Amino acid sequence: MSLLTIKNLQAAVDGKQILRGIDLDVQPGEVHAIMGPNGSGKSTLAQVLAGREDYQAVSGEVLYQGKDLLALSTEERAREGIFLAFQYPVEIPGVSNVYLLKAAVNAIRKHRGQPELDAVEFLQLVKARMKSMKMGEEFLYRSVNEGFSGGEKKRNEVLQMALLEPRLAILDETDSGLDIDALKIVAEGVNSLRSPERAMIVITHYQRLLEYIVPDYVHVLSRGRIVKSGGRELALELEEKGYAWIEGGKAGAAAGAVR
Amino acid sequence: MNETIERYVAEFRAQATRLPGARLPWLAAAREGAIERFARQGFPTLRDEAWKYTALGPIEKKVFPLAQADLGKVSEVGAWLLEDVPHRLVFVDGRYAPALSRVGALPAPSLADSLAEVLARAPHLAEPYLREAPAAGAFVELNTAFMADGAFVQVGEGVIVEEPIHLLFVSTTAGCVSHPRNLVVAADGAAVTVVEHYVALGGGGYFTNAVTQIAAGRGARVEHYKVQQENVKAFHIATVVARQEAGSRFDSHSLSLGAELARNDIATRFDGTGCETTLNGLYVVAGRQHVDHHTTIDHARPRGTSREFYRGILDDRARAVFTGRIVVHKDAQKTDAGQINHNLLLSRDAEVDTRPQLEIYADDVKCSHGATVGQLDDNMLFYLRTRGLEEGHARDLLTYAFAAEVLERIRIRSLRNRTERLMVERMAEAERLKELV
Repeated sequence: MSLLTIKNLQAAVDGKQILRGIDLDVQPGEVHAIMGPNGSGKSTLAQVLAGREDYQAVSGEVLYQGKDLLALSTEERAREGIFLAFQYPVEIPGVSNVYLLKAAVNAIRKHRGQPELDAVEFLQLVKARMKSMKMGEEFLYRSVNEGFSGGEKKRNEVLQMALLEPRLAILDETDSGLDIDALKIVAEGVNSLRSPERAMIVITHYQRLLEYIVPDYVHVLSRGRIVKSGGRELALELEEKGYAWIEGGKAGAAAGAVR
Repeated sequence: MNETIERYVAEFRAQATRLPGARLPWLAAAREGAIERFARQGFPTLRDEAWKYTALGPIEKKVFPLAQADLGKVSEVGAWLLEDVPHRLVFVDGRYAPALSRVGALPAPSLADSLAEVLARAPHLAEPYLREAPAAGAFVELNTAFMADGAFVQVGEGVIVEEPIHLLFVSTTAGCVSHPRNLVVAADGAAVTVVEHYVALGGGGYFTNAVTQIAAGRGARVEHYKVQQENVKAFHIATVVARQEAGSRFDSHSLSLGAELARNDIATRFDGTGCETTLNGLYVVAGRQHVDHHTTIDHARPRGTSREFYRGILDDRARAVFTGRIVVHKDAQKTDAGQINHNLLLSRDAEVDTRPQLEIYADDVKCSHGATVGQLDDNMLFYLRTRGLEEGHARDLLTYAFAAEVLERIRIRSLRNRTERLMVERMAEAERLKELV
């Protein structure tokens, strides 16, 4: 069974239609990259899948593990194994990272029928994960993302993902704002989580990230639709020819090659 | 003169000779002057700029007789004690309860005792502070006329009292009023921390009208915590007036959680150069509670620094008022003043009025102020929910975090923990937030 099936998904934000009919099928174990220029709807797709309330699905269907995903609340989706790594992780002053991580892990464990972790068990688990992400323990006691550098925020997202063990991880522009060293650490973290049961949707503007997180499929989003799908070589082609190639019209001769 | 005022004047005439220090001519004169001014001016009205958003009808319509303290009513105060605070003076319906109090040895000539005791044995210690009214206003006048007891804390020159002094006021009698009067005097170079804490035994309404005078000598440090946990039918009016001499520091914390109607006037004046003050505050109200903070920082002398951090959380139909008055006199050059008031509205029906009032007559000063009124942040809520936290849990967590930024400023560990626990217990998701404290 497909892990995720999106059929003709149309969605609007503030009454403005952004997604104009997305079709996508994701099997367990697959990594799908979604590329596209600014404003093509990449982040909107991520937010709709994660359940942001002011992003409204106008029509279409999203099946996740055979269930109607759009009928689930944000937290139910998280508990069912959907994880969104934010493009701009939110700063939450006054809430310590360790509280959020433990509350999240236990909310999901409880939902899965697993016993909740006590403080000692949790700290063991989280410290081991942090070490592999090259994060110091002081991160635990700082407020969530507050005053973190861009790289620290993204590492914190991947740390959360590692702890929550999602079935479907959506990484929204995880490479933005990262220097090459931070990018490698984040990519290693993501790659270590690849498994036959887990699928990932990697949203990115640039091909660069895909050198480190190698996708099985690449889809190109333009004006709210997937206009081209292919293997990872599609990303290289895009890099070479630019998005104008896909968007057509303005690109002249190159546009003809797509059609 | 309206009927309520007449009743208070009549009660004063009947009680005057029985009030503590009645035989001291200077005190009798001060009381007489106070009741006369009260009778003349009456209670403030909404036309009074300082009371624009707080209607006093509920207090004005009732006559609250003086509480006749029955110290035997309270046998146990353990629930309110602060475990790392060894000195405590307990007052029942405004009167000192020696059996419940415990004051350890303070370095001479320092003293922490009941004000009534001091008036009986060494009135000259209190005279400089009680002879002249510290501030105008009907409630201070009423307090001066009727004050029966309170705490007298005096710290000698250069003496540092490391351990805080806990003043616990327990109200037990519905329908009555108490007028606690506290004096905190830190001589030059002295340091002291006082916690003024109001609680209730029983659920009936009553009226607390407290006045606290604080005097910080040259280079002295006074830290004052006011914890208002009256029951939700109570009326609580409190005035804190500080006077600071050169190089002194006064830190104030106002935690206002209880009462149907609470008003806190907190004022400090820099009488010498280079004074510092920080006013912290947190008010948390729900139901139909009304809380009003009126703060004044009087930069009368140069090179003073003041900071003000107030936060409020309002639910249901609660109302809050914050007025932050900062006055910088003409010769108070190099003043540095900053004020922030943030309000979190958890309900559509809650209402807050926040107003900074800056009066600046000097030209070489740094003054800033900011006020916000808002709801929980949608981005934060969404982020927490994508991590599997239920919406209610996420809301309570963010509400708690909003308060935590003020609570972090409480330096007495037991008081901070206690207040954090109180905050958590008010939440629907208390069980899930326990780990935060």
